[in-house]
Amino acid sequence: MKLKIVFKLRYLWMFFRHRGRLAALAIAAVVIAVGVPLWWKTTETYRAWLPVAQINELAQLQLQLSVEVEVVFSKGTLTAEHQKKIPPSNTRQEEHVVDETTRLRYRYETRYRTATIMEEDALNQSTAAEADISLHMLSESPSGSVVIYVVPESSTVLPEGVSVYVGQRRTALLRAGGQMRVAVALKEVLASLETWIKQVLQVMSFSHGDITAALSDRVRPGDRSREGLADSMRAFKSSPGYEITFSLLNPDPTSHLLHWDVEAAISSYIQPLLSKMAPVANFSIDSQILYYAVLGVNPRYDPTLNAYTLNADSLSHVINPVEARLGSSAASSNPVLNFLLYVPDSRHSPLHITDHRRHTVPSNAFSSPRWGGIMVYNVNASGTELPVDVHIDMRRVMGVFLPQLRLMLGVQSAAPPPGFLIGPCGNAGLADWELDRLMWTRSVENVATATTTITSLAQLLDQIGNIVINDNIAEQVSSAVASLQLAVGQLEVGNLGLAMQYSKEAILQSERAFFDPSLLHLLYFPDDQKFAIYIPLFLPMCVPILLSLLKMASEVRQRPGQGQAKKD
Amino acid sequence: MAAFRSNIFMLAFFLCGFSVFVTGDFQEELVIKPLHSGDIYASFQFRTQWDTDFLLGISHYRLFPKSLGQVISKFSVRELHISFTQGYWRTMQWGQPFLPSPPGAELWVWFQDTVTDVDLAWKELTNVLSGIFCASLNFIDSTNTVQPSASFKPLGVGNVTDQRFLRYAVLPREIVCTENLTPWKKLLPCGSKAGLAVLMKSEKLFHSSFHSQALHIRPVCKDWQCKSTSWELRQTLNVVFDLHTSGQGKREWSLFKMFSRTLTEACPLASSSKVYVDITDNPQGELFELSPATPLVSQAVVLGDGRTYSVYDLTDHATFGQTHSLNVLLRWRAAEREMLRPLLHGERYVAGYGLQTGEIHTLVYNNHPYRAFPVLLLDTVPWYLRLYIHTLTVTSKGRDNKPSYIHYQPSKDRLQPHLLEMLIQLPPNSVTEVTVQFERALLKWTEYTPDPNHGFYVGSSVISALVPSVVAMDTNNTQERPLFSSFFPCKEESTYFMRIYTEPLLVNLPTPDFSMPYNVICLTCTVVAVGYGSLYNLLTRTFQVEEPSQGLAKRLANIIRRLRGVPLLT
Repeated sequence: MKLKIVFKLRYLWMFFRHRGRLAALAIAAVVIAVGVPLWWKTTETYRAWLPVAQINELAQLQLQLSVEVEVVFSKGTLTAEHQKKIPPSNTRQEEHVVDETTRLRYRYETRYRTATIMEEDALNQSTAAEADISLHMLSESPSGSVVIYVVPESSTVLPEGVSVYVGQRRTALLRAGGQMRVAVALKEVLASLETWIKQVLQVMSFSHGDITAALSDRVRPGDRSREGLADSMRAFKSSPGYEITFSLLNPDPTSHLLHWDVEAAISSYIQPLLSKMAPVANFSIDSQILYYAVLGVNPRYDPTLNAYTLNADSLSHVINPVEARLGSSAASSNPVLNFLLYVPDSRHSPLHITDHRRHTVPSNAFSSPRWGGIMVYNVNASGTELPVDVHIDMRRVMGVFLPQLRLMLGVQSAAPPPGFLIGPCGNAGLADWELDRLMWTRSVENVATATTTITSLAQLLDQIGNIVINDNIAEQVSSAVASLQLAVGQLEVGNLGLAMQYSKEAILQSERAFFDPSLLHLLYFPDDQKFAIYIPLFLPMCVPILLSLLKMASEVRQRPGQGQAKKD
Repeated sequence: MAAFRSNIFMLAFFLCGFSVFVTGDFQEELVIKPLHSGDIYASFQFRTQWDTDFLLGISHYRLFPKSLGQVISKFSVRELHISFTQGYWRTMQWGQPFLPSPPGAELWVWFQDTVTDVDLAWKELTNVLSGIFCASLNFIDSTNTVQPSASFKPLGVGNVTDQRFLRYAVLPREIVCTENLTPWKKLLPCGSKAGLAVLMKSEKLFHSSFHSQALHIRPVCKDWQCKSTSWELRQTLNVVFDLHTSGQGKREWSLFKMFSRTLTEACPLASSSKVYVDITDNPQGELFELSPATPLVSQAVVLGDGRTYSVYDLTDHATFGQTHSLNVLLRWRAAEREMLRPLLHGERYVAGYGLQTGEIHTLVYNNHPYRAFPVLLLDTVPWYLRLYIHTLTVTSKGRDNKPSYIHYQPSKDRLQPHLLEMLIQLPPNSVTEVTVQFERALLKWTEYTPDPNHGFYVGSSVISALVPSVVAMDTNNTQERPLFSSFFPCKEESTYFMRIYTEPLLVNLPTPDFSMPYNVICLTCTVVAVGYGSLYNLLTRTFQVEEPSQGLAKRLANIIRRLRGVPLLT
């Protein structure tokens, strides 16, 4: 009993002896257990969850483009024996490593069949163009696919010396090579066809060069030729919509009264092309007349031509003063394509554009990459009473602006390889396969742009911890990622139309997330201001705690020494 | 769908045939009015008319500016009125302006009844307009936007009067300068290259007592039968040049002295281009002398009064004479005359002392000797002045004057301003005083402007009235009338519509010291730290009784003892 009391007293004594130490520990514990989480929670910025894993997956882009090719053998190109042995299909794959994060795989699925009787009839037309039209009446091939009709060497459908005819739609006529007859094995026949088919596909769907150019957002243009770079710089970047503005510049309304029938010209020349290109982007067109609008350069009088000239070197200074008058589009943020028709005033007329070798340019027009085109339209104002009524020949004007518009929109008209004949492109000014070609590059470009936008946004958010990520941004990022995955998936399957659509959605959503103003709210919150606010509270509170903890630690370290000293 | 639309458009285009080139019309005019104070008032008006429907997809602009056309079609705007004003129009000295406007920026828009989300359209529209005019219209938000129920009826044709589609906002603080004038001039078909617009040199225009530029878009009747409508864009610019600062005290004005330019040609695109000089008070030339003399004289009924004008027609080459330039010269002969007494006049001020409460006084004068007429008074007051609406009193001639209509929309903090609209009958020859008390709210420290000690602006009150006319008004709205007399539609012969704006108010709010938050943080932290420190010490220190230390003498003795080797004292 007595012993118990002694023990209790001893505990009490020990407790009193260590009371200060325990209190310091308790306060430190409270600060750590309650204070720090409270401070953390109340000063936290809201950051919604982002699909980081999927974004990182997209950073390693592995694109597969699938093209369906149908090869149709007409009568007389295969022997009966070969016809029986002909394989139903054949798949060829090409792999390219563009750089460490981007890989490309092209997959060509070739199906072989013999021509039906109706197709045979169509192929017996006298010219290739007619054959092309009647073949198209028979069947419609989905966007992205290519049909190649192999005709016998003796066929008269193709003109002399032409091996391949590329039609308006997605069909091509291919003359069977000379060795085909001689060759015994079917394998050799198909192999010799294969080289031609490869070339046809490079013209009609895409070439590796086009695709790498479209990936320029992701890939550094390392060893690409300057020519190719200039070509890709000329066209506008892919965008879900474009505004096209035709402006008539009349610098001297006192002497010229200009009339242009732009409505009719647009509906007959421009609108068909744009309606055909509707899957690629939305277009809106308007036109305006600007008075007293002058070019930025004074043209020089050339006595040999008896005309005023604008040299190619000075053209770069022409646009800026005009652009101030053009007015930016107030209603949307899509890129604007400007086409200016300039009618020089009578004091500077006629006006010709000359090239670097001082020859006049026949079209009297020039284009500015990613901006638009300018055409100079000379008027013979015979000196009757002023102002002179001038009716502008819109056919001539649109003949210049339409090719410029095609260039700006990225429709490439590269020279075909030898032996190829490209058919006329029809009313719309754009063949189906040209549209396919554009859609291949555009959807790849969209995917590339959207992935870089999303990955750089993710990087930015990762690096700067102050940025608030709201739920709507997280939602946009997630849906952009979903659309991207869908687009990549559709490209893999070869469903070009859907791939284009999803890639457009992806680009829209990723841009919206990237440029959301709510990301900027807390961006500027420097650390020195944070310290200025925290120090008056934290410094006087933490110093005593730290000091007493340090003291305790040093006591604990000294105690073993004391114990030894006592033993001694 | 777009292709189908464009086809319809094409069809319409072919049916119209040759008339397509005359669907646009542009007129310009300048009115010069010598004021009795010796100042001079110049008012430019430019009207572009276009028979088109902006709601059809493709648009092809000839005279109408493309940027505004896109705005109209994108936001489905039915009417748009915007004005930028520097200075306050002194009605007592200058009489009535042709087009009134409040100091700062004013914007009111009627949307088409097809618009579903009017607030969103309004928000985007103000942002686009602030881009077009380089103005701070993007500061228009729900805290300064109201939907007046009666004061701002559409001025064009159409019968939608549901106030849901109306938005009205004033930025009294907006400062107008050349960067607003340049985009405004760019909207004119001739720019500032030809016609009357060559006179608009910004260094002269802004060196004036009053400068107001405005732009009005509305649908108007195409012909007198009003079977079809066309769009009208009116651009107006009003300037008052001061006798002493601009005129160097000489009572002599000329175009060159005012604008440092003369006129040499009309805008070639204008169907009419005229300069009017008001000579009503000067029938025999006894007040001032006008040169060059012009045989053309025009009569017009303006603001309830028949006026006479000398007209210079710029489309006529004879106007420019031998020198090929027109410099209208106006030399005063008589001395300064007495002040005008406008029929309707308004004033406003803030009364009270201290920073807690105050009182807004609005005085409306009816100077008509025997006619009483009603006026609509519109007041928008920001939410940080909390109106005590029960203290609202309206008194005329010492007696209580009960408004026949009151529309009051209370404010919501940080969301919407007060809107007070009243229909008050003004007795003849009287002053009507409207007072209401308010309390000043304390703002959050981020809500103060960068210079809070300057004060906070409260926009002008708007007084709209049908004032009894002296002469019979012209009620048929034909196109032949001069532009300055045909803006407000006139339905009755005996009255005319008038709108006046009072002064904006500048109110001081209780303003804190802005280093205060950091001081408060530091002070409270210090207090907390001191309290915490002593508590911490109490809790963690253990106290022991210490033995009293040896005295100084003992210590000294011990040192000596140690030196001597003698045992120490304890």
